[in-house]
Amino acid sequence: MFIVDYIKTVYNGFTSLLKGMRMTGYYFTHPKEIITQQYPDVKQVLSERFRGEVVMTHTESNEHRCTGCTACELACPNATIKIVTKFDITPDGKKKKALDTFVYHLELCTMCNLCIQACPTDAIKMAQSFEHSVYDRSLLTKKLNKPGSKLMEGVE
Amino acid sequence: MPSLENLTHFIDRSLNSHFGDTTAMLIEMLIVGICAIGLFAVLGLVLVFMERKVSAYMQIRLGPNRVGYKGLAQTAADTLKLVIKEGLTPDTADKFLFNLAPFLVMIVAMLLLAPIAFARGLQMWDMNIGVLYISAISSVSVIGILMAGWASNNKYSLIGAMRSGAQIVSYELSAGLAVLSMIVFTGSLQLSTIIHSQQDGWWIFKGHIPAVISFIIFIIAVTAETNRAPFDMAEAESELTAGFHTEYSGMRFALFFLAEYVNIFIVCAIAATIYFGGWMPFHIGNWQAFNHVMDFIPSVVWFTGKTFGLIFLIMWFRWTFPRLRVDQLLNLEWKYLLPISMFNLLLATVIAIMGWYF
Repeated sequence: MFIVDYIKTVYNGFTSLLKGMRMTGYYFTHPKEIITQQYPDVKQVLSERFRGEVVMTHTESNEHRCTGCTACELACPNATIKIVTKFDITPDGKKKKALDTFVYHLELCTMCNLCIQACPTDAIKMAQSFEHSVYDRSLLTKKLNKPGSKLMEGVE
Repeated sequence: MPSLENLTHFIDRSLNSHFGDTTAMLIEMLIVGICAIGLFAVLGLVLVFMERKVSAYMQIRLGPNRVGYKGLAQTAADTLKLVIKEGLTPDTADKFLFNLAPFLVMIVAMLLLAPIAFARGLQMWDMNIGVLYISAISSVSVIGILMAGWASNNKYSLIGAMRSGAQIVSYELSAGLAVLSMIVFTGSLQLSTIIHSQQDGWWIFKGHIPAVISFIIFIIAVTAETNRAPFDMAEAESELTAGFHTEYSGMRFALFFLAEYVNIFIVCAIAATIYFGGWMPFHIGNWQAFNHVMDFIPSVVWFTGKTFGLIFLIMWFRWTFPRLRVDQLLNLEWKYLLPISMFNLLLATVIAIMGWYF
C-alpha cells in the first residue's frame, strides 16, 4: 500500500541518518582517534625499510666495507653515483683497486634502492633521514666515504 | 552579575536625562546599530573557526591550530586576506546588480536581528507580528541570490542561482508550516509572548509529538534555506565551481560568506526561541525549587547555549551526510516534508483544541 511504503521510507531514511550521525558524533567525542601527526613537534616514527638517502656504514675505527667494485654505479638508473678509484699497494706488493671517493648526487637520487641491492659487500644502506632541504645546491653532492677511512679487513 | 536589563535601562535613563527625547532615541539607535555590526563581526569570526574545528574533529584530524593560541587567530588572518584581495568585477557583468547583491543579502541578515530576544529585556523590536516578520524578510534573501547569479554574466552562476532560488522558495513552505504548528500552541506571533509562555517548560517538551515533528522539519528546512549542509547544491564547490558567488572575490565574497554564517546563527536563534524557550531557563512545570535554581544562570547564557547547540547540530549535518542532487532535494521537500508538515499542523490543531498538551 502506498501509505505503508511511504511511512517505511520516511522511517528508514530517518534511522539511517541517525546511524550516520552517531558515527561522526563518535569521532567528535573521541579526540584520541585523531591521526594527524603534528610534524615538527612530534618525533616521526618511521618504519625500518624507510628509504631516506644513501649512506655508507662506518665502524668506530673509521673503516668501511666498500671495495670500489662500482656495482652500485652500474645499477643506478640515472647516474647518481660516481665511484672514483685509486690503486693501493698491498703488503704483498701487488696493486689492488680501492675506493678513492664515492660521489653521491642527492639531488638526482630517486631512492629506488637498486644500488643497495647491487652491493655485494653490504657497504651502503638507506638512512632514515628525510629532511634534505638546503639553501646551497652544492651541499647536495655528497662524498659518502669519510675522510681518513679505509677498507675493513676481511672484506673481499 | 548585573543583569543586562539594568545596563540597558541605565543607558536609557542617562541619555534621556542629558538630551532631548528625539536625540536620545537617535543615539540609542546608533548604539544598537554599532552593536549589531559588532555582533556580526564577532559571529563571523567565531562561527567560521567553530566550523573548521568541528569539521576537523569529525574527520579525525586537527583543525587550524597554529595561528595564534591554539589557532584562534585563524579567522582574523583569513579576514585580513579577504580584505586585501582584489575585488574583481567581470567586464560584461551588470555593474549595478553585481555590486548590490552582497549588500542585499547582508541587509536581510541584519533586518532579521531585530525581533530576536538575546536575553531578558534585550530585544531590538518586539513587534506583535514577530514570527510573520521573520518569515517574510527571510524570503527577500532569494532576490539577492538571483541578482548575484544573473549579474555575473556566467552560465554556471546562473544555473547555481536558479537552483538556489528554487530550493529556498520551496523550503520556506515547510519552515513556515512547521513554525505555524507551534504558533497554534502559543496563540501569538509575538516573540516575547512565545518566550513567556514557555515559563513552565519549553514547547518542545510541552507540545510532545507535534512539537518534535515540527522541530525536525524546521531544522531540515532551515538547513536547506541557508544553502547549507547536504543541500548546498547551489554552491557545491566541486560541481558548479562556486555557484552564484563564483565571480565574487575579495570583500564582496567576504560579505556573502559572512551572510551565510550569520543566517545560520539567526535561524538557530529562531529555532531556539520557538522550540527551546529563547532566554527562558529550563523549568519543569511548577517545581519551584528547581526552577529557582535554574534562574541563577543568566538568561544570555541560556540563549547562547541553546543557539550554539543548534548551530553545532547543523554543522554535524554538514559533515555527516552526502550532498543531495537538486532533483532529490526538491523531491524531498514537495513529496515528503510538505505533506508531513501539513499533517503535523492538523495534528497540532487537534491536540490544541482538545487540550492534550501541557
